[in-house]
Amino acid sequence: MGMMLVFVLILASFLGFELISKVPAQLHTPLMSGSNAISGITIVGAILSLSGAFVVDSDAMTIILGTLSVFFATINVVGGYMVTDRMLSMFNTGKKEDQVS
Amino acid sequence: MNDTVINGLYIVSAIFFVFGLKMLGKADQARKGNLISAVGMLIAIVTALVSQSVLEWQWIAIGMIAGSIVGAMAARLVAMTAMPEMVALFNGFGGAASLLVGWSEYHRYTVTYTYMDANALSLLIIILTIVIGGATFTGSLVAWGKLSEKLPSKAIQYPGQQFVNVLLVALLIGSAALFGPLRESLSIDSYLLVIATILVACILGITFVIPIGGGDMPVVISLLNSFSGMAACAAGFVISNNVLIVAGALVGSSGIILTNIMCKSMNRKLTNVLFSGFGASTASAGAGFQGEAKPVSVEDAYLMLEAASNVLVVPGYGMAVAQAQHAIQELADQLEANGTEVNFAVHPVAGRMPGHMNVLLAEANVPYEQLKEMDDVNPNIENVDIAIVIGANDVVNPAARTDETSPIYGMPVIDVDKARTVIVMKRSMKPGFAGIDNPLFFNDNTRMLFGDAKKSTQGLVAEFKG
Repeated sequence: MGMMLVFVLILASFLGFELISKVPAQLHTPLMSGSNAISGITIVGAILSLSGAFVVDSDAMTIILGTLSVFFATINVVGGYMVTDRMLSMFNTGKKEDQVS
Repeated sequence: MNDTVINGLYIVSAIFFVFGLKMLGKADQARKGNLISAVGMLIAIVTALVSQSVLEWQWIAIGMIAGSIVGAMAARLVAMTAMPEMVALFNGFGGAASLLVGWSEYHRYTVTYTYMDANALSLLIIILTIVIGGATFTGSLVAWGKLSEKLPSKAIQYPGQQFVNVLLVALLIGSAALFGPLRESLSIDSYLLVIATILVACILGITFVIPIGGGDMPVVISLLNSFSGMAACAAGFVISNNVLIVAGALVGSSGIILTNIMCKSMNRKLTNVLFSGFGASTASAGAGFQGEAKPVSVEDAYLMLEAASNVLVVPGYGMAVAQAQHAIQELADQLEANGTEVNFAVHPVAGRMPGHMNVLLAEANVPYEQLKEMDDVNPNIENVDIAIVIGANDVVNPAARTDETSPIYGMPVIDVDKARTVIVMKRSMKPGFAGIDNPLFFNDNTRMLFGDAKKSTQGLVAEFKG
């Protein structure tokens, strides 16, 4: 199992290098905030840390840590995707106006 | 729910991330790509929620609702000029979440008394998650402070800085060893050690970013972005979850690529950015430039622009500070109506995060065709009648080509000094964010248009209209 995960890690890292290597400079900011939103995937870990299998007799500390991490990860996810979309929508409207004129 | 189905759904979500990220790199598909990646995230979250039979759902709901409100408000309200600090802050929250997942997993070991049975590797991974997450969290907070100028943006250095950083890293390695392989011999409570490790990691994040000067922030943001991915990845190992590892690794490696692109645009090595305290000791290096800057009034600048047949606008962070992007677009419209060709030259590290200027100009509806990259404008820059430098400084500093003692020597710059005439809009003669003097301001063909860039630009627009 452990080796399998390392294998996944290595493949995904190479994939990341390939995906990003040729990106026009104008997209760097949205790309960064978009990938930042993806790093909010920790939310899955945060949710699982609050699952019944882990929580022993509703231990208060587990709940505090879990709830906080769900909170932070959600900000990262929701804020990240929304702000990226807001930026990209400006790129798009700029383009549409070009085509019209 | 059945494990195969759950893992299948996680794989689907990972595929969405891969395609989303790929499309984010293409101008015409980027928005769709972001949406696809968001759908992938939704799938992963729903899968996580339904995969466990018993969930502390009320707490999850509270965390998610509160987080959504904060995240959505922030995303809606942030000004485009403040985007760099926003991304830095989101990065920090991602790091904090990973830190908490690692901590929570350790806590589970202690309450279930399985700590001594756990293998050394899983404990090491928990420590790793805590360290990367904690350092990303505080490092991002410092970056946020510097970018929003709540902290001094210049490099802060103190004697023995490298020594302190090395010491902190050594402490972390020591605690990881004690916590994992050597835990049988540990005489203090291991929980104490974990708390200490969290504190040290958080301190490391601060000491790591604080000596890095404002001009290097594009590199730092890219790097912290990469770290937040690695933190998620480490958290994935803690809970043996594929989708965290894949998504985290994608972000981690793409962040490294961006970091590398930024370093190349500044002709610096990453190690040099991180450890040299750029801009800290160099404020006096440019003091040798002598000469008199030639100020110009709005009226005279208007007359010059009116006679020009082509104009190149070079924006920098000062444009963002003055919120002048809409005004400059209006000026460009007036110039075009007057028969003048207008282009915008964007330096890759102009502003405080990669691509920041492009976002601002897009906000102001500057047509994509008018945005030129540095390498496209430099070869023909002699033919430019007037280059308008608006709030840019280091990215147009000719000292980068000519003065070997300059701290930015060797950095590719937009050679506006080779244009026939340069109009520099600037509030004062103060050096820029990086604190380096700029000989451009004293050139014979340079005219300084002092004052708030937005007001000056609006003044020019008024001249054209009147």
